[in-house]
Amino acid sequence: MLSYLLRRLLGVVPVLVAVSIFVFGFVRLLPGDPARLMAGPEASEADVAAIRHDLSLDQPIWEQYGRYARGLLTGDLGRSSRTRQPVATEIGARFMPTLWLTIFAMAWATVAGMTTGVLSGVKRGRWQDQAAMVLAVSGISFPSFWLGLLLIDLFSVRLGWLPTGGYGTWQHFVLPSLTLGVAVAAVLARFTRSAFVEVASEDFVRTARAKGVPERLVILRHTLRNALLPVITMTGLQFGFLLGGAVVVETVFAWPGLGRLLVDSVSYRDYPVIQAEIMLFSLEFVLINLGVDLIYAVINPEIRFR
Amino acid sequence: MSATVADNRISSPVAEFWRRFRRKRVALVAGFIILLIALAAIAAPLVAPYDPSAPDYDNVLADPSALHPFGTDAYGRDILSRVIWGGRISLSVGVISVLVGGAVGIVLGLVSGFFGGWVDSLIMRFCDVLFAFPGLLLAIGVVAVLGPGISNVIWATSVFSVPAFARLVRGDALALKRAVYVQAARSIGVRPVTLMLRHILPGALPGVIVNGSLRLGNNILTAASLSFLGLGAQPPSPEWGAMLADGRSYLGVADWLTLWPGVAIFVTVLAFNLLGDGLRDALSQKLR
Repeated sequence: MLSYLLRRLLGVVPVLVAVSIFVFGFVRLLPGDPARLMAGPEASEADVAAIRHDLSLDQPIWEQYGRYARGLLTGDLGRSSRTRQPVATEIGARFMPTLWLTIFAMAWATVAGMTTGVLSGVKRGRWQDQAAMVLAVSGISFPSFWLGLLLIDLFSVRLGWLPTGGYGTWQHFVLPSLTLGVAVAAVLARFTRSAFVEVASEDFVRTARAKGVPERLVILRHTLRNALLPVITMTGLQFGFLLGGAVVVETVFAWPGLGRLLVDSVSYRDYPVIQAEIMLFSLEFVLINLGVDLIYAVINPEIRFR
Repeated sequence: MSATVADNRISSPVAEFWRRFRRKRVALVAGFIILLIALAAIAAPLVAPYDPSAPDYDNVLADPSALHPFGTDAYGRDILSRVIWGGRISLSVGVISVLVGGAVGIVLGLVSGFFGGWVDSLIMRFCDVLFAFPGLLLAIGVVAVLGPGISNVIWATSVFSVPAFARLVRGDALALKRAVYVQAARSIGVRPVTLMLRHILPGALPGVIVNGSLRLGNNILTAASLSFLGLGAQPPSPEWGAMLADGRSYLGVADWLTLWPGVAIFVTVLAFNLLGDGLRDALSQKLR
């Protein structure tokens, strides 16, 4: 297990290096002079030169990358061209709100999605199954920004029960995490159902039933246990999806998180912040995927010993 | 006796597919709705009662009425007309991105599965990396480089449509290149390009069609999200996501501003998802 863990951890390094080269190169891909673009139309020549020096655009490209990579390792991500604050400070302040939002959304979505999926699989073909799957396909198709606005309209504007947006108390978490989790719950419900149905048609399940194993045990021990493997992978992938969805939900609910920072940065062409955010998101995806694979290895010894 | 004759007749794959698909009532209705939306979008100049961008300052934020069934916005523009014209934008983005992403993905998948080896590893690692990123974030990254605007949204959604098609076609190509009929064609000297396009691609089409329908819905949703965030279609464009963004300041005052664009996105995306599900059921041998 330890050697597997080490091997996987080492495998993360080249991916992160590749992403850092990509993120570094992305400012170079921009049409025109990035320093001039960032400075804005009414900046003086001296300002542009200062920004160029700030980004070390006046040095050879490998030196620039070297400086950038050193900065990444030491936490020096440059300064935001919009607020002039260090990027690390900007991102640090926004990190926890997004993390909490995604954790709450993920928590309810996983429980609701998997439960619905299993119940649907057990009641396959009956009206409960059909109703759940209609709900699930609607959940996948529902634009989260519209759902957010509808919830605000009902619970904040009309009923006045919950705040329309912002961050602070537990009341602020209810609508955003509900909105963010809907699509994930729907995807997981569909996926869990199909994994469950697939396993349920296997011979060993029929055998278990034939030899008189109680139905509850057939479902829990024989079917669910084996259906869980692909579901765990899917759940991990959905965590990454949530980080994307957070961009929209944070904008709807004026949530002071990474997603809204990303949208603002793109609108203002604040490249140091965009670069840092892409780097951070990539790191998160890589770690999530690693985590999923490790859980997988714990559950399924076949992978561990290969 | 006539029954036996009928039973022995080999129906074409298309006829076989239609026989099964015809029984998927939900998917048929979804297909019909898509057809209606597409027709309305194509015939927008004829169907829409007003000019979608013509302001009418005497009728600002008018309630839904016989004159304006969906009401008007803060500039007095007719919401119904804007929703109809918006269908053009959303459907174009969906169709173009799926065609471009699908074409690139199919070629990559065919090459990857057919040749194998380092070409295969290279293409598949590339797809893994693209796949690891959620589509919306990837699209925001592309827009960050190219700048906001609907044409850049099309590029962005095309890019992240590629890996799903590539993986799907690769899987089929891997299986089909060992099929006897492909081996036979190869043995009589059919060129690799012809083998891939004439003999392997048709076998991969069912998966491509199903994925195409689901992708279309997904890409329309992503494009609308980007426009809602202000990174896609720019005002005064009657794009559905952008209309929702405009209407959010009037929440509780003029709810129709957000209601109808929202309904339009939901119904369109739902229809493509239901159609995709129905196609998959009709095309897959295993019946769920």
